[in-house]
Amino acid sequence: MGRRLRSRLLHIVPVLLLVTFGSMLLVDLTPGDPAATILGESATPEQIDALRRQLGLDRPLLVRYWEWLGNIAHGDFGRSIRSQQPVLDAIVERVPVTLELAVLALIMAFAVVIPLALYTAYRAGGRADRTANVVTSALVSMPPFLTALLLVFLFALTLRAFPATGWVRLLDDPLGNLRSAFLPALALALTEIAVMTRVLRSDLIATLQEDYILSAKAKGLPTWYVLLRHALRPSSFSLVTLAGLSLGRLIGGAVIVETLFALPGLGQLLVNATLAKDAVVVQGVVIFVALVYVALNVLTDFFYTILDPRTRVTGA
Amino acid sequence: MKQSTTTTPTLTVVDVPDPPAHAAEPAAPVRRPRDILVKLAAGWLILIVLLALFASVLPIPAYDVRIDRPALGPSLDLARLLGTDALGRSTLSRLIYGARVSLAVGFVSVLIGMVIGGTLGLLAGYLRGVFEKIANILTDSLLAYPPLVLLLALTSTMGSSLRSLVISLGLLAVPTFTRLARANTMAFAQREFVTASRALGGRRLRIVFREILPNVVFPVASYAFVMAAVLIVAEGSLSFLGLGIPPPSPSWGGMIAAAKDRLATQPQLVFIPAAAMFLTIFALNVVGDRARRRFDVRESAL
Repeated sequence: MGRRLRSRLLHIVPVLLLVTFGSMLLVDLTPGDPAATILGESATPEQIDALRRQLGLDRPLLVRYWEWLGNIAHGDFGRSIRSQQPVLDAIVERVPVTLELAVLALIMAFAVVIPLALYTAYRAGGRADRTANVVTSALVSMPPFLTALLLVFLFALTLRAFPATGWVRLLDDPLGNLRSAFLPALALALTEIAVMTRVLRSDLIATLQEDYILSAKAKGLPTWYVLLRHALRPSSFSLVTLAGLSLGRLIGGAVIVETLFALPGLGQLLVNATLAKDAVVVQGVVIFVALVYVALNVLTDFFYTILDPRTRVTGA
Repeated sequence: MKQSTTTTPTLTVVDVPDPPAHAAEPAAPVRRPRDILVKLAAGWLILIVLLALFASVLPIPAYDVRIDRPALGPSLDLARLLGTDALGRSTLSRLIYGARVSLAVGFVSVLIGMVIGGTLGLLAGYLRGVFEKIANILTDSLLAYPPLVLLLALTSTMGSSLRSLVISLGLLAVPTFTRLARANTMAFAQREFVTASRALGGRRLRIVFREILPNVVFPVASYAFVMAAVLIVAEGSLSFLGLGIPPPSPSWGGMIAAAKDRLATQPQLVFIPAAAMFLTIFALNVVGDRARRRFDVRESAL
């Protein structure tokens, strides 16, 4: 475990450096001067120059990047060029929204995927299996913004059961918060459900061919017990990997859903900062998301050892 | 694909025989419902391609001309077959011209990604060492971004036009193809015909491009359909955020974005382009699944 961690760190450090430098370079290459946009059209060239100096934008790219790195090492993510808000505060403010959405989406997905996959794998080729196959392959082909729009049309505009946009904070009104999070989380969950069901189902079908399943059945154990206690655990490796990946993806990239439902999450922050040429915010969010990816990867590895104790002895 | 392991394979990939995957399933029924689905999907894709190619000679009005009152429902006249949009333009011709964007992205961007990514992956998988490490760091860096954000940054850097859109999306496809090509190359690099070629004194680049490339091309290219679907979704998402092709040029994502505020009153304006997009992506996935199963290394009885 230790060696694996170290080699992964050796790989991830250059990746993080490249990603953050790349995001600075990209924002820098974008046409338009942030100082000019902040001051508006009536600004004189002298005013713009002064603001550029004040923001430190007149210095070369590499110098600014080096300074930013030094600050990161001290836990200082810098301040937004636009609002002067510390980037870390902006991130901390928005993480709960995105995290809640991601976790809610995963819970919804698991609640559907596990029973559905167990049933379709047990009755592989049956009518339910074929129906599920058609539905999931159609869902995989739905772009997230279409799923979200369809849900808005059905639940918000036609049935009027849920609000179409807006966010109620958990502390203000827990029930209202769940209502406002339901549709976006469902939109995120639907795609995951489709992918995860297919993966878990095919893994389960492979497990159900094993001899120990046969002997468990021969002992006269009830079907639900065999499925849940004997088949599910060894079949859930790909599922756990997928869940780790999609949690990372949901945290980093729920951009569309957050924009459509007007949710104050991390994805929205990133899009707005990119459009506003706020390099400091972009870099801060990008390095945060990248760190979450890495942490989730390590966590997924750790979860394998819970699922299957044999994986603990690697590296020895 | 074992049979194609002659010492002097040509770059013409026509004479590569079918992989033995077929022989592995002798009990297959004569005609499964899947085959009909694949045919239907291929038919839809061909229809879309033809419509997009010959859009300018079809008897439909131009995509930016007002033909009638805004937001009309469908009627039997060809120009008004799918009704008109919020500005009174023919939805049918905007749909057909909009297909050009999706298809340009689906073909050209995938091609860009396949050529760049494939070359990188081939070299990384065969040369290994430092080159592989650098290639890995590059692909992981590209994958560490949320794809839509990378796309946003790229298009805002290059300005929004069809060309910059196609290039950015192509770049987005590079890491996936690099990984695919690398994995496939590593599988073939251990085979006897590569060792033989090396023993005969073949130079490294010759081995990569004359011995390994012909074997890797098909399994990697079979992912092109699925990748095209992914990129069409990405283009749609970008247009949906209002950052795709600038108006008045139509694209499916742009049409959906423009009509999304009318979802309550004229839902057909959203659902017509949405249906076209969904069917195209679904068709690409169905054809892609089929292509992948045909060229999957793992299944071809290694």
